[in-house]
Amino acid sequence: MSTESSENKLYGILAEVRNPKELIDIARTVNKNGYKKYDTFSPFPIHGIDKAMSLQKSKLGWIVLSHGLIGLTGALSMIYFMMVYDYPLNISGKSLMNVPAWIPVTFELTILLSAFGAVFGMFFLNGLPKLNHPLFSSENFKKATNDGFFICIEADDPQFDPEKVQHLLSVAGATNIEEIHDDA
Amino acid sequence: MSKTYDYVPEPALVKGNHDFSSINSLITDINLRPTPKGWYIAFGLSNILLLVLLGSIAYLIWEGTGIWGLNQPVGWGWAIINFVWWVGIGHAGTLISAILFLFRQDWRTAINRFAEAMTIFAVMCAGIFPAIHVGRIWVIYWVFPIPNSMAMWPNFNSPLLWDVFAVSTYFTVSLLFWYVGLVPDFATLRDRIKSKFGKIAYGIAALGWRGSNRHWWNYEKAYMILAGLATPLVLSVHTIVSFDFAVSIIPGWHTTIFPPYFVAGAVFSGFAMVLTLMIICRKIYGLEDIMTDDHIEKMNLIILVTGSMVGFAYLMEFFIAWYGQVEYEKAIFIIRATGPYAWAYWIMITCNVLSPQFFWSKKLRRNVAFTFFISIVVNIGMWFERFVITVSSLSTDYLPSSWGYFSPTIWDVLTYVGTFGLFFTFFLLFLRFMPMVAVAELKGAMPQADPHNYDPETRDYAPQEIEIPEPNKESV
Repeated sequence: MSTESSENKLYGILAEVRNPKELIDIARTVNKNGYKKYDTFSPFPIHGIDKAMSLQKSKLGWIVLSHGLIGLTGALSMIYFMMVYDYPLNISGKSLMNVPAWIPVTFELTILLSAFGAVFGMFFLNGLPKLNHPLFSSENFKKATNDGFFICIEADDPQFDPEKVQHLLSVAGATNIEEIHDDA
Repeated sequence: MSKTYDYVPEPALVKGNHDFSSINSLITDINLRPTPKGWYIAFGLSNILLLVLLGSIAYLIWEGTGIWGLNQPVGWGWAIINFVWWVGIGHAGTLISAILFLFRQDWRTAINRFAEAMTIFAVMCAGIFPAIHVGRIWVIYWVFPIPNSMAMWPNFNSPLLWDVFAVSTYFTVSLLFWYVGLVPDFATLRDRIKSKFGKIAYGIAALGWRGSNRHWWNYEKAYMILAGLATPLVLSVHTIVSFDFAVSIIPGWHTTIFPPYFVAGAVFSGFAMVLTLMIICRKIYGLEDIMTDDHIEKMNLIILVTGSMVGFAYLMEFFIAWYGQVEYEKAIFIIRATGPYAWAYWIMITCNVLSPQFFWSKKLRRNVAFTFFISIVVNIGMWFERFVITVSSLSTDYLPSSWGYFSPTIWDVLTYVGTFGLFFTFFLLFLRFMPMVAVAELKGAMPQADPHNYDPETRDYAPQEIEIPEPNKESV
């Protein structure tokens, strides 16, 4: 931990609001003012905040679909290889290409791979797991997993100007405005 | 014209005067405060039972499946019964977490974490039986498509192999689903716990979750997709379990009604198990505000519905046996109800078909003690259902000269009783170290979480008034 935190790179400006309604309102304000690199934090997902923040549709569906297709084709080709090509077993003269009997395993593997895609794809899109984050340096931010609602405008934003941002947030009704620094 | 209708509001999901913070404390304080003495006692007892399980498995591996009461013609005994019973119990967890989620039943948030944990531990108990019953457990890996010294592959035409894939997929997906739900709550614990070790442990489990709405956006999508995947999965798992029976040609097993009948039975027993555990836990941990009597009533309704479905399936089995005019099929059902296992059959009918019918009464549905009693009765009944299906069909099959009576040995009983040790050991660890209610989801289901419930001007909490329209006089 550095004592000269003011000399560290500014990560962004964090502000707190009282409730989900205020969070949506302030997110809309920040969004309308043209900020791109900002984020809101809440203990639970808030209905309608995607519109207020103009969030793009999640790409997760495509990840899941591609994984599901790998599961489907992978299962079918595995069973074909094992049952027809590599070690064909003649069971009472029945057809080796016994596709109806392959459906259960194919189905299960499709579901399994899709679920892997959904879970690991979600963490991948979110950039998790992450060992640390500049926001964790704020003691107040601990409330974000309890009953706190936060917005943070990041210093990477092209139109970021600390004073303007602080002014914007305080006019919009936010409190506990603080600067967050990278610990590097 | 007099008023002929009444507005019945949906009961509040969280009783009492709670805000986000008090809900947060109510649930996570359980993990943060020192371990209660009672927990150690319960954990000790569970550990003793777990040792019983490990001991009986060790003896089984040493001596072979001959220590069980299996004989000719009953080559499938308690192992398969216990397997189906435990897997069935597990299904309620997925039903609550996935199917009720897709149907937007917000009341599930109070019990889903809990029920999902039950699913995972129940499937673990179930998985033990097929693994140990094979006799030569050291080659159990032959059930997986792994290259082996015989250069052979498992037979993908066999329902027993489908079962391997179904149950292992089910376990993996349930575990992932559960973990995804736990991540935000681990973050809550990470931010509340004081001890250094706790911070590190929960911090690792939370994967750096910080409640970002950009994250929630993907998270909700993932959660919905997982629910959509788990729904057909849970139905497929018990369908495939029923194929273990239905694809064979034993009288009483070879029926097309088995898949839906097994799924209904699974949900039936699973809800009963959730109720048993929930009624104890909400009392001990003082969670009556979250797991309310309304929840118990709703779950009792599901028990009533699925219990009646199971009863209907019993009737249909008899009808089809008569209607199908296959002598063996007709005979087996008459033997079930009147033969050597008639006692088991009538226990099954009493527990599964008759006992849930009490829940037509609203008063009984809301009676906690009575519900607790019925929930245990139902699980006894569902164990006997699997017993009747497995043992009666096998013991009296096509050739009367080979008929025989099945009796379990002490090792059958000890292995079964021991699985409760495994189940409760894990369940108690879960209660101690993980939030037993999905805190983030529960907060999201509270009226305070809906931005529409705030005054647009002052932006203070002001729940919307519900307007009840007058009925259109013309159409009444």
